[in-house]
Amino acid sequence: MSAAHVPLATTRSATGIPTGRLAVWWVLASEIVIFGGLLAAYVMFRLHHPHWHAEASHTNTWAGGFNTVVLLTSSLFAVLAHQAALRGDGPRAARLLYATIGGAAIFLLVKAFEWSTEISHGFTLFRDTFWSFYYTATGLHGVHVVVGMILMTLIAADARRDRNLHRVELIGTYWHFVDAVWIFLFPLFYIAR
Amino acid sequence: MSESNAAHGAHETNYVRIYGILLALFVISVLGPTLGIEAVTLITAFGLAVVKATMVAGYFMHLNVEKRYIWYILLAMLVFILVLFAGVAPDVMKSSGQNWRDASGFVPPTPPVHH
Repeated sequence: MSAAHVPLATTRSATGIPTGRLAVWWVLASEIVIFGGLLAAYVMFRLHHPHWHAEASHTNTWAGGFNTVVLLTSSLFAVLAHQAALRGDGPRAARLLYATIGGAAIFLLVKAFEWSTEISHGFTLFRDTFWSFYYTATGLHGVHVVVGMILMTLIAADARRDRNLHRVELIGTYWHFVDAVWIFLFPLFYIAR
Repeated sequence: MSESNAAHGAHETNYVRIYGILLALFVISVLGPTLGIEAVTLITAFGLAVVKATMVAGYFMHLNVEKRYIWYILLAMLVFILVLFAGVAPDVMKSSGQNWRDASGFVPPTPPVHH
């Protein structure tokens, strides 16, 4: 982007925080309320319905655990991509972002396997409130994974040409948040029984 | 990089080491609940989840070098969640008392039949 075409919003900052980064944090702030509200409601019901322990025993801890490792690893790739972008190495940042996208794809494949297995065994969305929460929370999280993959694809394409490298950090911040949400989903739905 | 700043460089952070610690905490969080002791489950599953999420936010999202303004935004959101919980929990979690009746018609589901 030439200096003549730099949008005004990117040339000023009342907070001292770059505009793009501030925008991402505000997005994540809204996400905290979305996921936080959902999980707070889940915890309320969970404490009040002891039989949910039996329902939770039907979720696949191995699959959830594997996906946790996958997301943690993809977060590592994302932060290394940011590091590469800081050094001005766009192609390396792009490669690491593609690796992050790969991790996201593996996560979704495992999730698809989990859901299809559970549904085929009768644990559908409408079986019980526990399963309504389970599919809503993991589904909403899955949507965020898909959105992250799309954005990372676009940003990696730019980064490969050494364009808009600052966006590597922005998508990384979003991706780490997706990872952090899963860190809470995993014990709530897979471990605590 | 028009929108990065030096503080956010975090060149010296050993991300692979942080990743290793996160994996170790993950293993503990899975193994802890297998002991079947409620207190251990709470600490290993949920306590470590808070630790892991804080590490991800602090080191990977660079909150440790972020301006206080961002912290205030995020803490305000956490307060909103607590307000939601405090406002709704007494109703959701109450199952006895004056003027209380169970209108849900709740019946625990029977286990599904496996074919």
